[in-house]
Amino acid sequence: MLVAAIVSLTVLGTVLGLLLGLAARYLRVEGNPIIAEIEQMLPGSQCGQCGYPGCTGAAQALADGSAPVNLCPPGGVALVQALADKLGVEADLSGVEDKGPQVAEVKEEICIGCTRCFKVCPTDAIMGAAQQIHVVFREACTACSKCVDVCPTEALSLQDVPVTLQSWYWNKPKEATA
Amino acid sequence: MKLFDRFFSGMRGGVHPEGRKDLSAARGIRVPPLPKKLFVPLQQHIGAPASPIVCVGERVLKGQLIAVAQGNVSAPVHAPTSGIIIALGDHVAPHPSGLPVPTFTLACDGLEEWAALQACDDPFALSAEDIAARVAAAGIVGLGGATFPSALKLNLSRGVQTLIINGGECEPYLTCDDRIMRERATAIVEGISLIAQAVAAKEVIVGIEDNKQEAIEAMRGAARASSMKVVAMPSMYPMGSEKQIIQVLTGQEIPAGGRPADIGVLVHNVATAFAVHQAIRFGRPLISRIVTVSGGAIKSPCNVEVLVGTPVQELIDFASGYSQAAARMVLGGPMMGQHISNTGIPVVKGSSGILALTADEIGHDAASPCIRCSTCVRACPVGLLPLEMAAHIRGSDLAGAVDLGLKDCIACGSCSYVCPAHIPLVHYFNYAKGDLAAQERSKLKQEATKKLAEARGERIARIERERAEMMAKRKAARAAKEAAAKAAAEAEAV
Repeated sequence: MLVAAIVSLTVLGTVLGLLLGLAARYLRVEGNPIIAEIEQMLPGSQCGQCGYPGCTGAAQALADGSAPVNLCPPGGVALVQALADKLGVEADLSGVEDKGPQVAEVKEEICIGCTRCFKVCPTDAIMGAAQQIHVVFREACTACSKCVDVCPTEALSLQDVPVTLQSWYWNKPKEATA
Repeated sequence: MKLFDRFFSGMRGGVHPEGRKDLSAARGIRVPPLPKKLFVPLQQHIGAPASPIVCVGERVLKGQLIAVAQGNVSAPVHAPTSGIIIALGDHVAPHPSGLPVPTFTLACDGLEEWAALQACDDPFALSAEDIAARVAAAGIVGLGGATFPSALKLNLSRGVQTLIINGGECEPYLTCDDRIMRERATAIVEGISLIAQAVAAKEVIVGIEDNKQEAIEAMRGAARASSMKVVAMPSMYPMGSEKQIIQVLTGQEIPAGGRPADIGVLVHNVATAFAVHQAIRFGRPLISRIVTVSGGAIKSPCNVEVLVGTPVQELIDFASGYSQAAARMVLGGPMMGQHISNTGIPVVKGSSGILALTADEIGHDAASPCIRCSTCVRACPVGLLPLEMAAHIRGSDLAGAVDLGLKDCIACGSCSYVCPAHIPLVHYFNYAKGDLAAQERSKLKQEATKKLAEARGERIARIERERAEMMAKRKAARAAKEAAAKAAAEAEAV
């Protein structure tokens, strides 16, 4: 009786162990799938303001839990909330000030045409050449502020995106009574 | 009463606001004197703003093209009268935001000198494409208030079963469509026939609310020779809304998120039909429209045919000014119109009325908490749950509101009108729709910038690779040269 129990359990253990071993080999997941999903949510301009090498690095750190969800300044409050929902953590919104959408703007009077901003822009949103006044394409600018950091004459600054008839919408009603 | 309405109107929900159309319904269309200056915005339609083609200082003729359409969804703008363009700059828009928009300032010279027009003696010989092209060139947009470019609608709806002409005018106070039908029925009927020809519609129905008996008779008289049907509809708000008029006249409902063309229907406003007639028969672009100036604070309410760009103040003066202080100025109807604070704004293609309302008429009370009486649910013509949607939006759960059908809300204002707690329900919905659209825009931008960043990464990698290859090639060439020199030196030494 004792032998039967030992034999059956040993066989069971061996077979299941083998199955697990095979499963681990054939059904292996390449990387953490959540990293790719988080990377999709990030702005993808590889600006490096979070301190990680590009958005993939930031996504990895977020998935490990080693980075806070409010690490991405260009993403704003909307991204913090989305990341918190995704990772199931409490969002700490106190540190993030939502400045609303911004874009870089060149002050043409003091631009010296040094081409430094043109070289660092991660989305090719700046057009210019040596000794020429540079200009920012608003549609392509992610407000990562890399250009602001390298500008030697402070001609570049982040400005709020002007509200137009196309982008304006009603504010939220003040009386919270509905 | 509710059951009775439902049975006879064929419409779900709806409300019965006090009509107040008697203030101006008996006043025939008059033409106010030409203002000294007109302010013509480049954007008077849904879509991309028009692009200016005349310079400041240039003299333009009445009906001359001054800004061309940009892109697929857009409409051109024409000079409303002859005169000199004295500025092109920002002017307050006829829009609830009060933001400035690029606007032509035209100093009228009073000569009313027309540009050469492309008239057509036999419009019914024109092809469908030709009609749509002429409608597009005339800058015609939906005059019921939505201002969607009409030619685009014609092109998207070719081959529909039913053409519905909307003479509902369910908004209180407004009588501009009523007057145009009474006074210009023959031209409207010809315009309708042209639209029907452009889309090859098999059936044409003109729907008019039964509180406009004179208009119904005039239209029936003008349409006697044609096959179009003029149908009296019960007077109820929002009967003039596209989805509701289709439901009442055809018994079909547009699927959620769909367009009328999906069920083989095209809807145009009566004033649009008149503009189409003017554009095709006489080649006249859309430079004027009928506007109702009314409200308890207006001394003598009236209907006027005004040039696009006329400042609102001029029309108030034409209606003998105010009889008492106006508590609120509204552009459009009182249910869906826009509250304006500046009477310097111009009348544009989509302005149907200018209302100066007294404090009694607006009856503004502070909002109080929702008592969940569900009056708004019964009033909603689309069959939504306004109280639930507003509660979700208040809690910043926009996705929850979308699940409840926020995107099918037509912003008719019936729920806000009946709410006993005076909750600004439509304001919540407008905010939520705007916020969702903004999120959608930023998502599109993010996708685009991501692609740009990837393209830049690839380009930098390619440049690096090419540089490395070139260096390797040079190195190899130099090595070969050195080897050859060495070999030659050795040969010489030997």
